Amino acid sequence: MTVTFQIWRGNASGGKFESYAIEIAEGMVVLDAVHQIQAEQANDLAVRWNCKAGKCGSCSAEVNGIPKLMCMTRLSDLPLHKPVLLQPMKAFPLIRDLVTDVSWNFSVKKKIKKFKPRPPDAKDGTWRMFQQDIDRVQEFHKCIECFLCQDVCHVLREHQLHDAFIGPRFLVHVAALEMHPLDMEDRLEEVKKAGGIGYCNITKCCTTVCPEDITITDNAIIPLKERVADRFYDPVKKFFRFLFANH
Amino acid sequence: MATFDQYDYDVLVIGAGGAGLRVAIEAAAHGVSVGLICKSLLGKAHTVMAEGGIAAALSNVDERDNWKVHFADTMRGGQYLNDWHMAELHAKEAPDRVRELEAWGALFDRTKDGRILQRNFGGHKYPRLAHVGDRTGLEMIRTLQDYSIHQGIEVHMECTIISLLKNGEQVAGAFGYEREKGRFKLFGAKAIVIATGGIGRAYKITSNSWEYTGDGHSLAYHAGAELMDMEFVQFHPTGMVWPPSVRGILVTEGVRGEGGILLNREHKRFMFDEIPELYRHQTADNEEEGWKYTQGDRSAKRPPELLTRDHVARCIVREIKEGRGSPHNGVFLDISWIKTKIPNAAEYIRKKLPSMYHQFKKLADIDITKEAMEVGPTTHYMMGGIRVNAETQMSTVPGLFAAGEAAAGLHGANRLGGNSLSDLLVFGKRAGEFAAKFARENKQAGIDHQAVEVIANKAVEPFERTDGDNPFQVQYDLQEIMQDLVGIVRKEEELLKAISALEKLQERSRKVRVIGNREYNNGWHTALDLQHLLTVSEAITRAAIARKESRGAHFREDYPEKDEQTGNCNLLLVKGPDGQMQVKRASLREMRADLKQIIDEMK
Ligand SMILES: Cc1cc2nc3c(=O)[nH]c(=O)nc-3n(C[C@H](O)[C@H](O)[C@H](O)COP(=O)(O)OP(=O)(O)OC[C@H]3O[C@@H](n4cnc5c(N)ncnc54)[C@H](O)[C@@H]3O)c2cc1C
Ligand code: SF4
Ligand code: SF4
Ligand code: FES
Repeated sequence: MTVTFQIWRGNASGGKFESYAIEIAEGMVVLDAVHQIQAEQANDLAVRWNCKAGKCGSCSAEVNGIPKLMCMTRLSDLPLHKPVLLQPMKAFPLIRDLVTDVSWNFSVKKKIKKFKPRPPDAKDGTWRMFQQDIDRVQEFHKCIECFLCQDVCHVLREHQLHDAFIGPRFLVHVAALEMHPLDMEDRLEEVKKAGGIGYCNITKCCTTVCPEDITITDNAIIPLKERVADRFYDPVKKFFRFLFANH
Repeated sequence: MATFDQYDYDVLVIGAGGAGLRVAIEAAAHGVSVGLICKSLLGKAHTVMAEGGIAAALSNVDERDNWKVHFADTMRGGQYLNDWHMAELHAKEAPDRVRELEAWGALFDRTKDGRILQRNFGGHKYPRLAHVGDRTGLEMIRTLQDYSIHQGIEVHMECTIISLLKNGEQVAGAFGYEREKGRFKLFGAKAIVIATGGIGRAYKITSNSWEYTGDGHSLAYHAGAELMDMEFVQFHPTGMVWPPSVRGILVTEGVRGEGGILLNREHKRFMFDEIPELYRHQTADNEEEGWKYTQGDRSAKRPPELLTRDHVARCIVREIKEGRGSPHNGVFLDISWIKTKIPNAAEYIRKKLPSMYHQFKKLADIDITKEAMEVGPTTHYMMGGIRVNAETQMSTVPGLFAAGEAAAGLHGANRLGGNSLSDLLVFGKRAGEFAAKFARENKQAGIDHQAVEVIANKAVEPFERTDGDNPFQVQYDLQEIMQDLVGIVRKEEELLKAISALEKLQERSRKVRVIGNREYNNGWHTALDLQHLLTVSEAITRAAIARKESRGAHFREDYPEKDEQTGNCNLLLVKGPDGQMQVKRASLREMRADLKQIIDEMK
C-alpha cells in the first residue's frame, strides 16, 4: 500500500511541508517510514532517534498534530487514506525538520535541588526501604525524558512561559525527589516560586500524552500542589510555623 | 589555516552511557577538569535500554553468594579467556558500586525485609541481579546523569568525535563536530577515556541503538591501540522476530528468569535436548525442578533456558534450521504458561516485566500474559574491544583509557547477562580515577594543527562529490554482509568472502556523496560512521578467521570443537606499519594460585 507523508522541512528561518509517498509494509511504525524516506528520497532529512524501542525518549514529534514517540506509533493505528502529517514539537525552538532544541529542559533540571539522603540505616552503609513505600516514586522514575508532556502543556506551548514554569516533566522530577523515602531536602518553596506550580490548572493533557503512562497530574502534580498549599496558604499552619520559628 | 573552537580539559570522556558517566563523576571527584562528549542527548545512551539487571554478589536473596562465586561464574561463562584480574576486581567491587547508586537516589526493587532484591539470570549460580522491573538501565543512567550534573562536568551533547589526536606516543586530544550546525570542535586533553559502547549496527538484526557503530574501537585502533577478542560477538537468543520492522528488538532474559520457557513449533521444550558438559551438574534434568528454581527453591537446579546465551542462541538456530521453528523463523518463548502454576499470573507478569508487556502489546499486538512470544537471536553485545590494563583501564597508548563495552577483558568468550552494567560502574570508576591521576602527572601534549586540518577537509569531502553512493545504501550492504557471512555460525570460506566484500565496500565508502548542508545532516553522519563500521567489521572477521575452533560466542561450523592446543589465547588486532590490520596471538597469563583454587572448588 502506498502512503503519503507530509513532513515539515526547514529550520528556524522558515520552511514548508514536503510530500513523500512510500510503499509500506506490515507492522511499520512512523519512525520506519521516516527512515525509509530519509534513505531513499531525502538523505538530509533531520530526525532524532536512538533506541527505536520506546526506551530513550529521543524520537518525539507531532503525528497528525498529536505529540508522540515516532518509534511507538504504528502506521496501522493511523488513518492512512489521507496524508500522515509529521511536525516537530512546537513548544521548543526548531533546529531543523523534525528536530527541536530541547536544551532548556536540561538547564531546568540543573536548578532543582539535588537528592539528599538521610544517613544510612545499617552499619554497612545501606538503607531499608519497603516496596510499598517506593511504588509511587518508581512510577515517576519510569520517565524517559521524551518531553512530550512539556510539548503539550499549554503553559509552555501556547504561553511560552519557559522562564516561569518548569513544566510537567520537572514537576514529576520534583515529586520523585520529594516523595523519595530517603530524601531530606525541602523543595516546596522552590517548586512554588521558581517552579511556578501555580500555573498548572490541571487540564491533564500531559498525562494523556505520556508514553510511559505516568499519571502525572493525579500522582505527582496534585499531591505537590497540596503540599505547597498546606505549607504556604494554610493560615493555621502558617501561624504555628511562625510560633516555632520564633521559639 | 582554519581555526576551530577549542576546549581543553584534564580528562576528556568520549561517551555518556553508564561507563562514561561513571568515569566523569570519578574524575571530577579527583579534582581535575572534565569534559564529557556524547553523540546524542544526555541520558539517551544505549545504557538506557538495559532491562534485566545489574550483577553484584550482594547476597541479599541467597546468603551463599559471594564474590568468589560471582568470579567463578564469570570465568566459566567466558570460557576462561577472560582477564582473570578484571574478573576478580569486578566481582569484588560490584556490590559497592550498586550500593553507591542507591546512595545517589536509585530505587531498586526490594526484598521483603527492605533490601535490594535480586533475580536469577543465565549463568549466575544464585539470584544476583539487582533490578528495577525490566528497566534497570533507565534507573542507572538517570541516577548517574542526575548526580553528574552537579559535579561541574562540562557536557557536549550531540557532538561526534571523528578522530583522536596524538603527539608522538601520547594522546593529545580529539576532533569532532556538533550536529546542530555541523561545526567542528577541537578538544585538547591530558588523558582521554573512550566509553563509546558497542558495534551492533554492523549487523542487520540487532538489539542495539543507532549509536553502536564501533566508533571508540575504531578511533583507538587507528590511534595505535590494540583491540582484543573481536571475534566474540554476543548474539542474544531472544529478540523479536515479528513484525519485520521490529526485528531484533530485545526480549529480556528476565522473561526466562521469571519462568519463561522455550518451545518449538511442535510445542516441545527443546532446551532439555542438549546440555553442555561444563554446566551439566548445575542444570535441572526435569521441568518441575527448573520451575522450582525460578521460584527460589534453593535445592533446585536451574532450567536449561538459563544456560549461557551462546548456547541458547545456537539451540534456537538448530531448531529453526531443522524446520521446527515458529511461523516467522523464530521459536516460541512462553511466560503465560505460569498461570497453571500461580494465581494472578497475568498481574505478576505485568509487574515483573512491564516493558516487555508494553512492547509486545504495542508493537506486535500480542498479550504476553495470554500468548507465547516469537523470538530469535539478535546481535547484542561486543565482548571484544580495546585492550586495557586491568587495574587502571589504560590502553596500550599512554593517556588513552577505555571503559564499558568498548573495553575488552572482563567477559572473555561470552558475557553473562547483568555483568555489563556492573562492568560499566566498576571499571568506569577505575578509569576515572586513573585518568585523573595520569592527567595530574602529565602535561598536555601539543596539538598538530596541520593534521587537524587534513582530517577536517577529508570529513567534508562527501559534500563536494557530484556523484557517488548513498551512504545509507553502503551501510545496509555492510550490515547484510556481516549478518550473512560473519553471524552466529561461521565458516572459513564465508569469512574470506566477507573480507573481500568489505574491501569493496571500503572503496565505495570513500566515494559516498552527501546532499544538503552540514546542519543536523543524518546522511553526513552516516557517511562518517562508515569508516568505523568498516574497521570493526574487518576486525571481527579477521579474528574469526584466525580462531580455528569453537568457543563461547564464536562458533565455527568447520571447527565445531574447542581446541585446547591453539585456542587458549586472546587474539589481538593492531594496525601494522603498512596500515594493514594484523592479527596477533597473546597467550593467557598464568592465573594466580588462590583464584585457580576458587575455580577448582566451584567446578
Ligand atoms: C536492549 C538491551 C538490553 C540490555 N540489558 C542489559 C542488562 O539487563 N544487564 C546488563 O548488564 N547489560 C545489558 N545490556 C548491555 C548494556 O546495556 C550495554 O553493554 C551497556 O549499556 C553499554 O554501556 P556503555 O556505557 O559502555 O555504552 P553506551 O551506554 O552505549 O554509551 C555510549 C556513549 O558513547 C557515545 N558515543 C559513541 N560514539 C561516539 C563518538 N564517536 N563521539 C562521541 N560520543 C560517542 C554515545 O553517544 C553514548 O553516549 C543490554 C543491552 C541492550 C541493547
Ligand atoms: S495538567 Fe498542568 S502541567 Fe499538565 S498539561 Fe495541564 S497545565 Fe500543563
Ligand atoms: S513524564 Fe512522560 S511525557 Fe513527560 S517526559 Fe517523562 S515520559 Fe515523557
Ligand atoms: S527512538 Fe528511543 S524512544 Fe523512540
